[in-house]
Amino acid sequence: MNRGLRLLGAAALAAGLAGVSPAPAAQPLTWEQALERAPGQTLYWNAWAGDERVNAYIAWVGARLEELHGVELVHVKLTDTAEAVGRVLAETAAGKTEGGSVDLVWLNGENFATMKDNGLLYGPFVEALPNFALVDTRNKPTTLVDFTVPTDGLEAPWGMAKLNFVYDSARVEETPASVRGLAEWAAAHPGRFTYPAPPDFLGSTFLKQALIELTEDADLLQRPVEDDAQFEAATAPLWAYLETLHPQLWRGGRLFPASGPAQLQLLDDGELDIAVSFYPSEAQSLIDNGRLPESARVFLLEEGTIGNTHFVAIPFNAQAKAAAMVAANFLMSPEAQARKQDPRHWGDDTVLALDRLDPAQRALFEAIPAGPATLPPDRLGPVLLEPHPSWMTRIEAEWARRYGA
Amino acid sequence: MSAPSTGDEEALLLEGVEIRLAGRPLIVGLDLSVPPGVVVTLMGPSGTGKSSLLDFLCGTLDPAFEARGRVRLGGQDLLALPPERRGLGMLFQDDLLFPHLSVGENLAFGIPPELRGRRRRLARAAEALAEAGLAGFEDRDPATLSGGQRARVALFRTLLAAPRALLLDEPFGRLDVALRDRVRRFVFDHARARRLPTLLVTHDPADAAAAAGPLVQLSTSGMQQSG
Amino acid sequence: MGATLRRLSAAPRLAGAASPFDWTRPVPALTLALFLLPIGAGLLGTLLPAFGWQPGLAGEAPGLAPWRALFDQPGLERSVLVTLVSGIGATLAAFAIVVAFCAGCHRSRLFRRLRLVLAPLLAVPHAAAAIGLAFLIAPSGLLVRLVSPWASGWALPPDVASVNDPWGLALTLGLTVKELPFLLLMTLGALGQVGAREPLRTARSLGYGPTTAWLKTVLPALYPLIRLPLYAVLAFSLSVVDMAIILGPSTPPSLAVLVLRWFYDPDLSLRFVAAAGATLQLGLVAAAIALWALGERLVARAARPWLAGGGRGGDWPGGARLADAAGRTAALGAVGLGLASLLGIALWSFAWRWRYPDVLPTSWSLESWRRQLEGLGATGGTTLALGLCATVIALVLVVGCLEREQRGGRRPGRGALWLLYLPLLAPQIGFLFGVQVLAVRLDLAGGWLALVWSHLLFVLPYVFLALAEPYRSLDPRYGRAARCLGAGPERLLWRIRLPMLLRPLLFAAAVGFAVSVGQYLPTLFLGAGRVATLTTEAVALSAGGDRRVLAVYAFLQALLPLLGFLAAIALPAWLFRRRRGARAPQ
Repeated sequence: MNRGLRLLGAAALAAGLAGVSPAPAAQPLTWEQALERAPGQTLYWNAWAGDERVNAYIAWVGARLEELHGVELVHVKLTDTAEAVGRVLAETAAGKTEGGSVDLVWLNGENFATMKDNGLLYGPFVEALPNFALVDTRNKPTTLVDFTVPTDGLEAPWGMAKLNFVYDSARVEETPASVRGLAEWAAAHPGRFTYPAPPDFLGSTFLKQALIELTEDADLLQRPVEDDAQFEAATAPLWAYLETLHPQLWRGGRLFPASGPAQLQLLDDGELDIAVSFYPSEAQSLIDNGRLPESARVFLLEEGTIGNTHFVAIPFNAQAKAAAMVAANFLMSPEAQARKQDPRHWGDDTVLALDRLDPAQRALFEAIPAGPATLPPDRLGPVLLEPHPSWMTRIEAEWARRYGA
Repeated sequence: MSAPSTGDEEALLLEGVEIRLAGRPLIVGLDLSVPPGVVVTLMGPSGTGKSSLLDFLCGTLDPAFEARGRVRLGGQDLLALPPERRGLGMLFQDDLLFPHLSVGENLAFGIPPELRGRRRRLARAAEALAEAGLAGFEDRDPATLSGGQRARVALFRTLLAAPRALLLDEPFGRLDVALRDRVRRFVFDHARARRLPTLLVTHDPADAAAAAGPLVQLSTSGMQQSG
Repeated sequence: MGATLRRLSAAPRLAGAASPFDWTRPVPALTLALFLLPIGAGLLGTLLPAFGWQPGLAGEAPGLAPWRALFDQPGLERSVLVTLVSGIGATLAAFAIVVAFCAGCHRSRLFRRLRLVLAPLLAVPHAAAAIGLAFLIAPSGLLVRLVSPWASGWALPPDVASVNDPWGLALTLGLTVKELPFLLLMTLGALGQVGAREPLRTARSLGYGPTTAWLKTVLPALYPLIRLPLYAVLAFSLSVVDMAIILGPSTPPSLAVLVLRWFYDPDLSLRFVAAAGATLQLGLVAAAIALWALGERLVARAARPWLAGGGRGGDWPGGARLADAAGRTAALGAVGLGLASLLGIALWSFAWRWRYPDVLPTSWSLESWRRQLEGLGATGGTTLALGLCATVIALVLVVGCLEREQRGGRRPGRGALWLLYLPLLAPQIGFLFGVQVLAVRLDLAGGWLALVWSHLLFVLPYVFLALAEPYRSLDPRYGRAARCLGAGPERLLWRIRLPMLLRPLLFAAAVGFAVSVGQYLPTLFLGAGRVATLTTEAVALSAGGDRRVLAVYAFLQALLPLLGFLAAIALPAWLFRRRRGARAPQ
């Protein structure tokens, strides 16, 4: 059964039973209206809070928003973005169509698809934000298409992610250049590589990366899964690959780390030599922060790796929509984007097109120091597009069936 | 709250008192008169409901028991009053000094609320201590007192509450023989001096002899009936 | 005069029970209402979707579809097995260690100092203890580092699953270490009530060895008093989430973790599976408790001939000594492991780099502390205020309920008050969503009322657990003596009972406060995420896996409860420094 359809049905039923319709507001605010109404509003931003540097960055954003627009920012700290989705859902179920508790949410992929499908998002509002014009929508197509789902102006791009591998150069001399090469390396160095257990997004992304490289027709993946036979045929090479890879992994492939951070900790503890990462500047940032050895380095795969964008969106029942728009615009500003890309503060790549900035703005980015583990943009390799979410759902289920029991 | 004046004006009177536990009679049809200044001794083997009788008089009998009968003190129906208003002073087998209060505070606890002011109450307690031969003991920790000293403090705590009658629940059982006689005399002398009707419950014949008053044997028909 | 008349006319046969302004009269009913309303709504909010019906959310036709979907989930059997192994295993282990230790060491000096040693272990939150233990026993952990590479030859950490093992043994160990202090303290409290000295002296004088004497005379009287704490430990161990994530296996994890994962899945249809899973979890806990109760009966029956058999335990003195030593070693080992975990956390909070195989941090720094101390005031203040509110309300209600028993002369243990233990026995995830929907509907979500209420649900049962036995077993003759001295029920309560129970009162308050500080899911669900406590911050940061930050937070989290426990120990000792009789356990 198609998941999207099921969700739509679910939403319709929800609306019917609760007697409310989570339809988007009739007329989104203009930029001028947002600027006018934002001062004095309190903005509850629901954002993953697993990294104190991210939290510190968000606190800095709060201070700047106060100065620039008189908006008070409250960081509602999440361990999982789905918490915020659940909260909007609970409010919808209780018939609360305005004055909701979530004003802004940091999200992408499945969570965005769920909220969009269920009509839980406000907008379109992104085109109205002045700084959106600076976003590199041409070279970074994932700023407009989130896991194959068009953003339709319902979420504003904030940062870029790209699958990469972190290794300890003190122990690894030659790095693999492909997914197959990784398996060969693992066979030569048993127990020194692993990936987080799906449905952790990093583990799932590694599986999708392998699928894109191993399957015969990668274009199929951009469309929803048609049927079981198609899925089986397309993913057969992936399962064959994992059958040979797993015995060579850490703990013989019987155990997997629970999350990306747990896996990087294993790298630092010396239990691993190669780990998966989703942010090319993460390694340098972790070195600067004392969480990875000085000898940590980054490599990517020759044929390219999966990249995506993360966004901020506004729930349909948000209380402080004007403040949320002002904040989303500030997050795309050169000032905020340059600070975010600086590994001393965070190390998350910008969504902006540097050639659209004026010299002063560009200087902000050029002033960012490059550490030994920072790869120049030209060595990051091509970006591969995320497959349609239905592939991810089915791969996760099949992985759990084969290895999760 | 004046009662009709009779000859037994000050006496503790029990009429037809009956106590049962789970339908089993412990005490049946007990009639008793305790005149002022007289110590009446109730004797009987354990399990005959002696202590339950005292709890009944005090109003602290466990609801598991069923009790009926009439109890009058100074012409007043005692059973209609809550325990704290019955004016019955009780001494237990253990002295039951409150461990968290000093000796002086233990005594002050018994003083009726009409005497106001912490300092005046403590002064009254100090007077009582002097009377008990324990002058200067106000600030002592009860746990540091000897058995005889504790017994005396317990008696004076009870007397300071200005009771209209005294109930003694084997209060000398835990004292060693040498001490027992002295404390016994001390208690009885004070009870008589204050003309208090005193009911003593014991199974020690020496207690009864020292009380030198009427003796009631609870060989309990109730026990025999239930077999 | 008017008052007297009224009292005279209204007085029943037992005038002692009647007082016109008795505030304790409505307390038991009020307490039960406070409990049953949200829990009833919560359980309903879980049971209905488990059978395919949930108003306001993707509802399929009512039926067994969620259950079929649940049993189709890969790894479910394994997950249930891991849950049972770790939950029952940890409870059995903790209980066995408590019994062995008390039987063998009840005469030692250590035994009397135990509360002080256990306080930090009790105060430290489960997640923090788990992180500390994981760092201790991991292949790259402190224990391996102590012997590597000079003795072990491990230049790199060995590839051995000493944490997150597929059978949940590390989880079992962690639960044992963390639950042992709670059980030991409850046992110490109960021992005070049982009055172990007399029967022990009698048995010893009849020629029984100390251990045998304890087992044969004290344990049978003690067990009924610690039965409920044991059930609470069992239920908690079966439904623990944070510890299971850190120490337990991941493919598949224990059932409670799976349920939480389904619950948070973006695919909303999984919520029905989550509801069915939560119901299954509820069933597991109920079944485990039933199994344990059956075990009790069987052991009691089988032990009868042994109890009366006259064996003095002297037939094989070596064996008894060996058993004593084993009990002592296990208890000290578990407590030592817990304390060593704390030490490891302490070191991490001051580390900058700490690589394998260094035994001490490679480089030190105050940076982690400096960063977290900003903004700590607000979070700490919220945690403190929330904990104090919930604890004070819980104390008032519990004292009201227990005092009602005394005044009404009701035998303890009857009545509906056992329902108070429901929140301990039912897994949190099983009813919190329903509670959240109720709070949103009443427009209470995100407010302090809902938050304090939700904490109360978990604080009150522990306060009750800690206070009920001391309260019920306070020598009733003190009360009678006070009444005969002219004290009314209120004066008796405030001047005699509560001061005499100061130690257990403060201890119960400290336990309740620690429980409140440790609450994660209720704070999250009912605070609408907007109320940040030390624990919600800690859990949010734990997703990032930075041991140094987690270490700082573990300490901050443990600090407030620890202060509470120390106050509960020190305050009566200081207040009663000149009252020897009040210092000893009543």
